[in-house]
Amino acid sequence: MELQVKSADRNLLLEISGELDHHGARNALREVEQAIDAALPKKLVMDLSGVTFMDSSGIALILRTQQKMQLLDGSMLVCNVPAQARRVLDAAGISRLVTIR
Amino acid sequence: MRTRASNEAVVEFPSRSSNEGFARAAAACFASQMDPTLNELEDIKTAVSEAVTNAIVHAYPDSIGKVVLKLRICPGNVLELTVKDHGRGIPDVDKARQPMYTTGGEERSGMGFTIMESFMDQLTVRSVPGKGTSVVMRKRLAPRMKQGK
Repeated sequence: MELQVKSADRNLLLEISGELDHHGARNALREVEQAIDAALPKKLVMDLSGVTFMDSSGIALILRTQQKMQLLDGSMLVCNVPAQARRVLDAAGISRLVTIR
Repeated sequence: MRTRASNEAVVEFPSRSSNEGFARAAAACFASQMDPTLNELEDIKTAVSEAVTNAIVHAYPDSIGKVVLKLRICPGNVLELTVKDHGRGIPDVDKARQPMYTTGGEERSGMGFTIMESFMDQLTVRSVPGKGTSVVMRKRLAPRMKQGK
């Protein structure tokens, strides 16, 4: 799993690629938290277009990131979700909790 | 009752997280002889990933132990996947299967069993604290048009 961080004007773009499983996501949460702490964004966009596989480890990453953004009174959007990852999110009912586009 | 398998394979590996991807690939590779659709193959990989991750995270939290993945093709085009460990065991299986319940900390979502249930037709969890856990999942794959033999 790889994480690309782009930040401008208190907008934070996180581009995630590769396999978002327990192994791949080991350090992801810490990296995302560091990126949020550095940028203090009002709006965070998590782009999953490069994700080749995702399981419930990805759900944890999305939910924790959303909680972190709520603490900052910011918003979060998950976008470009590949079909397999989308089915995982749907099976868990995550679209009720997180904005997905 | 144990049904007769027309083909089976057993893969055993240590509970290292790098083996999550290996277990997914092994299951997908075995299942490919059943001519699955892409969606079915992804469902199988996702369910295996959840079961193997559970064994790695929960069965052996502070050590490396053995994880066994059994793959069987059963009558009726049913794929049976068993993920077995000899780890710590689950004290309350019903509780563990509830959505959002986890003892794994903030990096786990508690949705693993929910996803296994959703992506497979049948899920059986047997666990004895201190002895280990066995997760059996069955999925019937859609029959495909056969060409030749």
